[in-house]
Amino acid sequence: MANADPPIIRIQSQTSLAFSWRMLWRDWRGGELRILAIALIIAVTSVTAVSFFIDRVERGLNQQAAELIAADLVISSSRQIKRDYIQAAEQRGLTQAQTTQFRSVAVAHDRPQLAEVKAVTDHYPIRGALRIADAPYGEDRATQTIPARGEVWVEPRLLQTLQLNVGDTLQLGAMPFRISQVLVYEPDRGGDMFSVAPRVLMHADDVAATRLITTGALVNHRLLLGGPANAINDYRRYLRQQLQPGERLLSVKEGRPELRAALERAQRFLGLAALISVLLAGVAVATAARRFAQRHLDTSAMLRCLGATQRNIIRMFSLEMLWLALLASSVGCVLGLLTQLGITRILDQLLLISLPAPSLRPLILGYATGVILLLGFALPPLLALKNVPPLRVLRRDQTGAPVRAGLVYLGVLLSMGVLLYWQIGELRLVSYVMLGMLVTVLLLALGAYGLIKLMNRLRQRVGVAWRFGLANIARRPGSSVIQIVAFGLGIMVLLLLSTVRNDLLNDWRRSLPPDAPNHFLINVQPDQVTEIQKFFDQQGVSKPQLYPMVRARLMQINDRTVSTDDYESDRARHMVTREFNLSWAATPQVDNTIVAGKWWDKTDYGQGLLSLEAKLADTLRIKLNDTVSFDINGTLRQFRISNLREVDWDTFNINFFTVVPPGVLEQDPASWVTSLYLDAAQKRQLSDLVKRFPNVTVIDVAAIMDRVRSIMDRVVLAVEFIFLFTLLAGLAVLYAAIQANQDERRFESAVLRTLGARRPVLLRGLIAEFITLGALAGLLAGLAATALAWVLAAQIFHFPYQFNPMIGIARIGVGVAIVGLAGVLGTRTVLTQPPVVSLRQGV
Amino acid sequence: MGSQQSAFVQAIQLGKRVTTSEGPLTILDDINFSIPTGTSVAVLGASGSGKTTLLGLLAGLDVPTAGQVIIAGQDLGALGEDGRALLRAETIGFVFQNFQLLTGLTALENVMLPLELGGAANPRGLASDLLDRVGLGDRLTHYPNQLSGGEQQRCAIARAFAAQPQLLFADEPTGNLDQQTGKRIIDLLFALNREQGTTLIMATHDESLAEHCDRRLHLDGGRLVNPGEVISDVGC
Repeated sequence: MANADPPIIRIQSQTSLAFSWRMLWRDWRGGELRILAIALIIAVTSVTAVSFFIDRVERGLNQQAAELIAADLVISSSRQIKRDYIQAAEQRGLTQAQTTQFRSVAVAHDRPQLAEVKAVTDHYPIRGALRIADAPYGEDRATQTIPARGEVWVEPRLLQTLQLNVGDTLQLGAMPFRISQVLVYEPDRGGDMFSVAPRVLMHADDVAATRLITTGALVNHRLLLGGPANAINDYRRYLRQQLQPGERLLSVKEGRPELRAALERAQRFLGLAALISVLLAGVAVATAARRFAQRHLDTSAMLRCLGATQRNIIRMFSLEMLWLALLASSVGCVLGLLTQLGITRILDQLLLISLPAPSLRPLILGYATGVILLLGFALPPLLALKNVPPLRVLRRDQTGAPVRAGLVYLGVLLSMGVLLYWQIGELRLVSYVMLGMLVTVLLLALGAYGLIKLMNRLRQRVGVAWRFGLANIARRPGSSVIQIVAFGLGIMVLLLLSTVRNDLLNDWRRSLPPDAPNHFLINVQPDQVTEIQKFFDQQGVSKPQLYPMVRARLMQINDRTVSTDDYESDRARHMVTREFNLSWAATPQVDNTIVAGKWWDKTDYGQGLLSLEAKLADTLRIKLNDTVSFDINGTLRQFRISNLREVDWDTFNINFFTVVPPGVLEQDPASWVTSLYLDAAQKRQLSDLVKRFPNVTVIDVAAIMDRVRSIMDRVVLAVEFIFLFTLLAGLAVLYAAIQANQDERRFESAVLRTLGARRPVLLRGLIAEFITLGALAGLLAGLAATALAWVLAAQIFHFPYQFNPMIGIARIGVGVAIVGLAGVLGTRTVLTQPPVVSLRQGV
Repeated sequence: MGSQQSAFVQAIQLGKRVTTSEGPLTILDDINFSIPTGTSVAVLGASGSGKTTLLGLLAGLDVPTAGQVIIAGQDLGALGEDGRALLRAETIGFVFQNFQLLTGLTALENVMLPLELGGAANPRGLASDLLDRVGLGDRLTHYPNQLSGGEQQRCAIARAFAAQPQLLFADEPTGNLDQQTGKRIIDLLFALNREQGTTLIMATHDESLAEHCDRRLHLDGGRLVNPGEVISDVGC
């Protein structure tokens, strides 16, 4: 056989490209690939749309968040900003503004008042806008200007304290200024809300004339920068090399904690939606691929019979799947892009932010998702085709050994996890959901198997239609288990969606209800506490709760003196230098969760114990049972960390990083603080309050709360939109699951009809089968969804989640209805197709 | 390769045993014969006599538990799975009782399949010529379920002869057809067989069909009843 070699080479080269393309076309035409392609397109469309959307919204929201530092990047320094830094920023074409902040005494009518002076240059603020009003507590408006030279804009409480009006004169150092506007909102106010003196905003060119900045004065200089992300990142890299001690880099992520928390949660919600869509589509692909492989047993046997080797078969099907993955991914990417464009057009009006152009990253993710999903989930059953013995052409019962796919699927899940982590960046969320799905699949499979066995016993006690339906389930335990798992996953995700949509999103919104506190009162003296409560009671505002606080400075951790040099992160360095507000309380605040140690009881009162906020503990590397020493009013006092707390900063309730038991600080000079909600009418009574209690400072946080609220609203809208895709993916899973054993069902039904079974009997059998499948899947899915929702609520989103058994039962009912209806609708051709057609086609 | 009269197919002490839940079961036992090139042979026997198993072993679709099969001088057992696949691609064609056309492919594409796999230059032209030859020239784009049983089998015969095999296996080729259609199919099969000088091995339980063949092998309970019987010597 001298010509033995060339044909092998011929077969391989043929199979490698042209033949696989032809196979793809023929299978497509035959409708074999449709479900697979649809599932894949849904997966890629949803993942790219979500990814494009997350990408753009995230960058858009970051721009919003950039308002909080009034720029994209800020250099904060205790010295004049270096000339080099300014030049480097000019070279990169960045927009610049400078601010100079210092404390000074402002004088009017011979009365002094400590003020936080901020001198600003043109272009300030680079992100966000100042809001001003013509009179205290009057209508405010946004402005793009800054105070003119010789003028200042001041906060209303300064006017109240000094009994001034707009138009009056305020002396700052050596220079008198005309008060031209009331300053209502400045985007980068930040800082320690409870210690700030009222703001005076002036033009930077007037600073020298005040002669207030002398050597040794405590001044904060800032260079604010704005520009395209690339230029900003480039500048950030440049600056990392240059920064000297005393200079700090502030970026968007270091904005206010309550906004950071909101953004983090937003990202989690969007990530969750994307994650579930992809995993679901994976299930749909796996289910559809199984059927595809089942229907290609004959093709494989025939190809083997015609001389194709096992390697040829693998190459052929792998290439066919690769082409399909690439084509479907392309369609998905285009659809994803279009959908996302369409939705941002609709949302633009609502979003009120212009989203940056889409980047290419989502496309990479889209193709990677398509290829990994299809090759990963479809190849194991297709690889089994190589094991189909050619003898099948003579004996149809020969199917060959299945490929052990567990490890492959695990590999696919892992790679999908890595991909999604890359996109979403939430390791905990990704691993919890993946693990949750995995455990759910295992439990569903086990539960389904047990229930099928149990069902089989019931068979003898029911009527003919039910017996037929139950027999169908019991006769194919393997395929029934797969079907129940697929149904179960589909329903579980639909239920989880409704839970997340109804409960978690609403919980999140509820965490900042319309009547959330929007004003803080600080500097309340101990003897004013009851009077202030009485004041609000009389005004018809619900009696506010006041919290004590004592100023303290952190000196030692475990007997070692604290220094900024101990820490790398800007946040940590900042935290160790700031003043702490130590409060005391008998019980923890409702929005606090103890994550380590335990809260004190009465026997601990008077002990040197301390409850520390968990993130701060992490930042400062303080652990449970460590000791910390504070300088309180000139004396060093030591505390042992008895518990760590997580705090929901985005609730705007009064919360403290540090809390001690009652009986420790009562003798120290304390002031009291409270937060309360005041509507527009009640707000006017604030002037009465300020007159009666001139030492009390009122801080209005309504503007910042509106920001948080608008971010929440946008995110909820975006998440709901993205959930539509998850819904589609869920439906694809259900469809694939129904199709899974359609051929077998069609053949059996034809046989039964040939034997004289009437259609109503068969229909009742189908209904019985799918209601049973739906009930089994619904039951297991309901339990899994509840468990997963609870884990997500508690571990990822930090909401209290109340399980409602009635809702649980209702959900199982919904599961039964969905599967029952979809199953019967999806299989009705079994009853309408003439038996002879089914019989001719065989199984 | 020797003369035309040399054995093209040889079975030497061929046996097949399988293990069932009730213990080992012998399906074929000590089968010995040789078939010269160009000969047509009928394998006769009742259902369960081992005809299909023998065909599977001879075609290299299955492996024996004892003995050897030698085709065109090559021991199938020594070839390995890929070697046997190559041998099938090069040398062997099949016609089945249930036609085994791929339902997703048209008549033309079914016939093109072995040509495409073998890397033929113009599979479409060759396949459509062949379909023309078997009388399906106007049915090229029909799917198997749009063809009658006889038409499906003619299509399968066109496919079997497409790669010009030296050896053709036919497993009850008329088993699913009525008598008249069956007769036409047999005539077509033998006409093409003669034209191409193919060695034909056909499993059947139909004595009248077997009469068309040069030689008959009777199987009973997995053993050859008439190992040496030759109806006529032929030279093709």
